[in-house]
Amino acid sequence: MTLLRHTRGGEITERQALTINPAKTCQPIGAMYAALGIHRCLPHSHGSQGCCSYHRSTLSRHYKEPVMAATSSFTEGSSVFGGQANLLQAIDNIFTVYQPDVIAVHTTCLSETIGDDIPQISEKASEKGLIPDGKCVIHASTPSYVGAAPTGFANMTAGMVKYFSKSTSPTKVADRVNVIPGWVEPADMREIKRIVAAMGLESIVFPDTSDVLDCPQTGMHEMFPKGGVTVEQLRATGDSAATIALGPICSDAAAVELTNKCGVPHTTLPLPIGLEATDRFILALREYNGGLVPQEITDERGRLIDLITDMHQYFYNKTAALWGDPDQLVSLSELLLTVDILPKYVVTGTPGKKFLRRMGEVLQERKSEVQVRQGTGADLFLMHQWIKNEKVDLLIGNTYGKYISRDEGIPLVRHGFPILDRVGHQFFPTVGYRGAIRLLEQILEALMQRQDDQCSEERFELTM
Amino acid sequence: MSESSTTGDTLLSGDASVTATVVREELLRDYPAKTKKKREKQIVINDKQRGEDGSLHLPVVAANTRTVPGIITQRGCCYAGCKGVILGPTRDIVNIVHGPIGCSFYSWLTRRNQTHTPTDEHDNFMTYCFSTDMTEENIIFGGEKRLRQAIQEAYDLFHPKAIAVFSTCPVGLIGDDVHQVSAEMKKQLGINVFAFSCEGYKGVSQSAGHHIANNQIFKHVIGEDDTERSQWSINLLGEYNIGGDAFVIEDLLERCGIELVSTFSGNSTYDQFANAHMARLNAVMCHRSINYVADMIEKKYGTPWIKVNFIGANATAKSLRKIAEYFDDRKLTENVERVIGEEFPAVVEAQRKYRPRCAGKRAVLFVGGSRAHHYQELFSELGMETIAAGYEFAHRDDYEGRQVLPTIKIDADSRNIEELRVDADQEKFRESDRQKGLKREEQGYTFREYDGMMAEMKDQTLIIDDISHSEAERLIKMVRPDVFCAGIKEKYSVQKMGVPCKQLHSYDYGGPYAGFTGAINFYEEIDRMVNARIWSRVQPPWENGSPGTESSSPSPTSLEEMEELEESTNS
Repeated sequence: MTLLRHTRGGEITERQALTINPAKTCQPIGAMYAALGIHRCLPHSHGSQGCCSYHRSTLSRHYKEPVMAATSSFTEGSSVFGGQANLLQAIDNIFTVYQPDVIAVHTTCLSETIGDDIPQISEKASEKGLIPDGKCVIHASTPSYVGAAPTGFANMTAGMVKYFSKSTSPTKVADRVNVIPGWVEPADMREIKRIVAAMGLESIVFPDTSDVLDCPQTGMHEMFPKGGVTVEQLRATGDSAATIALGPICSDAAAVELTNKCGVPHTTLPLPIGLEATDRFILALREYNGGLVPQEITDERGRLIDLITDMHQYFYNKTAALWGDPDQLVSLSELLLTVDILPKYVVTGTPGKKFLRRMGEVLQERKSEVQVRQGTGADLFLMHQWIKNEKVDLLIGNTYGKYISRDEGIPLVRHGFPILDRVGHQFFPTVGYRGAIRLLEQILEALMQRQDDQCSEERFELTM
Repeated sequence: MSESSTTGDTLLSGDASVTATVVREELLRDYPAKTKKKREKQIVINDKQRGEDGSLHLPVVAANTRTVPGIITQRGCCYAGCKGVILGPTRDIVNIVHGPIGCSFYSWLTRRNQTHTPTDEHDNFMTYCFSTDMTEENIIFGGEKRLRQAIQEAYDLFHPKAIAVFSTCPVGLIGDDVHQVSAEMKKQLGINVFAFSCEGYKGVSQSAGHHIANNQIFKHVIGEDDTERSQWSINLLGEYNIGGDAFVIEDLLERCGIELVSTFSGNSTYDQFANAHMARLNAVMCHRSINYVADMIEKKYGTPWIKVNFIGANATAKSLRKIAEYFDDRKLTENVERVIGEEFPAVVEAQRKYRPRCAGKRAVLFVGGSRAHHYQELFSELGMETIAAGYEFAHRDDYEGRQVLPTIKIDADSRNIEELRVDADQEKFRESDRQKGLKREEQGYTFREYDGMMAEMKDQTLIIDDISHSEAERLIKMVRPDVFCAGIKEKYSVQKMGVPCKQLHSYDYGGPYAGFTGAINFYEEIDRMVNARIWSRVQPPWENGSPGTESSSPSPTSLEEMEELEESTNS
């Protein structure tokens, strides 16, 4: 029996109002994830309890880790009279009981529709002495009816710059770069730090969820684990030589803000997933380290190329369907094309102006063979309809793809957010050359396993 | 006088200083004054007093009151209770969430409600997530037009027999009339379309959403189909088929010859709801989430209701017997005893195996509106003790028993949740069922009875309503329970502290735990958790106070050699 038995191919009618099986979720969860990447920060959801509960649950299910965050617990009364009293009480409770250094407030559709003014409320909290010396409350406006999760990530990250970044001198620290990693996994953020260090540069990576959402089991629960970018580091971003923003949708806003506020020049690049995107990241870092690329990095690149040249026949001419966040999709598509897999269907619910243009640049002459859809109506239901009409060899996306995978007999490589039913994504990076090896290994495994499961007995192979 | 024979019962075995009083003080210690005052009423010692007439007096728990902002609560919202819990498990209603995308996304398949469709021709929409995905423009200019269009598109693509609409927070604020739109579309499409005003900010927890869901299902669906049902027919209310629980219960009832008309709402369909009023008895499993429907059906149609519990082998046997006792038929009683007889040997065998490995260990449960009570049955069958428990969203009656209902003060948050006025249906009220109930009551059979969690818990245990993260962490540090039952938000912080955590909302891919086979599954699961070798390996061997890696005894080279070696060491 099929799981998505009501999805049919044939002629596809455009929907105007109904989203079915979305390829996105709402802004606040992105803001919560970004805020977890500040050391000793408690994210706070200014809205109804359910928002905070849903975001914590989803993040916890994805990372298999505690996700600490508080809520303003709106009631009908606060929805009528505003949430000021709730937020003031929350600030008092949080600083008294949990003692973070930072409370990062993000709004919700509810508090935005009411029009609560967060800076004014935290001003009031400060006047009332509810914010202890040296501690702070920052905020980002993240109405759920605008943008999507990556937008929330971008807004909270830009908020970090607005609240903390400072330029203390006209001379910048020459060998230090800020890196805004975009919405990637803790393991990716750790890998980005490693790459920058290998390139001989000091870095401030923000936000940084490594050692926050991939903590060791020690028999102790640290409310605020050792990871995360510190407030001191965030202040110092204003004195760095440059900012490299990875993924325009998630990271551009903060980089631009930092240029405007502190005069730190920025380069915005695609997420360094895949060969070409990582090349661009290394070239950008080379601008600041005197042009050197260490042998370690060159070797990693060489190993990736080696894998692709050796395994090319298994990738060649395969087709894939992809869904998820725009920054991820652009780089993933490029990687697939590098190995001659066609990203035949690409779908994201997240709006953002540059996505379609960037996809066009990546696809180039193969544009006509590919269907790309973004925004309202760009959902997994539509993608599944396309697949019903013309199959692909591979699915790449979050856990929700498993329903299509089972119905259609197409292997799924889990990538993106959320992955609710597997581990691995939090441990093994997919950025950089080593990350590309991991991704291609997963893709190869999926394709070969499929062949082994489905081929006839006489064609069952032992060696490559 | 207190029920306890000794004073100052300890919550931590081997340490007499860790009493409920001491723990309670520690949990409350660092709160700001206003918060402390509130939490004091929700953290209560189960001081069970017997009156001279033998009646039990329990302390008051200030349940179903607002969560203090900022304390890090387990609770979710009204929408989660309505769409996520009650309507989520019904497979053939298209549930459209009217709002921005998140609310619909997060409740998409995340509760592990299983469902079984007989064939591919039968509808199952549970794998689909429907949303109007409101944008800023809809918030400013209103979203009614978009909702109308979304309903039309859902109808055109799926042709369901019913469509339900759920309001999220901003919808209530901008004033979209979801009920009017639904009524219009019902008329236009000729199928049932109805709406739930379950905005997240209503009430103080998921509980408000349960009530709203009960009301609308009662108003719009129950009573639509008058097909007659057999003399031994029941509805199972408040069973959500997490991990397949309902499948186990369905099987037991079928083997007993009891006809299950509907389940609210595990493995359910629209048609079951429509026909539910024709069942002869309502059996309520989760009292908190569904008692409203039981009450309303009784008033309108005359069907009496009883409380049952299929969590725990003894509780399951008791519940089956209670149903049989109501129908009072020799054949049915024989059936029930036969089924219990068939099932129990395996249970006893499993208890013999697992009880010695679990007995004496201590559990704490903070979950739901029934589960924190029901699962104590299973722990006690393993010889384990529940030393602290509390609900996430229950009311006083779920703690103290239904006899406190008349004394519960209705606050502003509860008053905003509609209380339906229900009268007897002139045509459909079954006087015979009412009379039968009255007669059985005279004979000593009890209806509408629920004694709550505290009456069954030991004296001087700790009751914590709507536990916060800080309280949970302090509780663990002080009493070191052997197993902690909660949900996904708590799971990994509890485990980081070296205590295994069982999710009792979703069962962590596990289950079923209901009925006899479910009980056996649960024994095995708890044995796995409390005896897993890994918990003793957390400390690295090179850190102080842990067993060293060096062994002074000779290394055996085979299992036989090792056994010989052990025997010689022991003798």
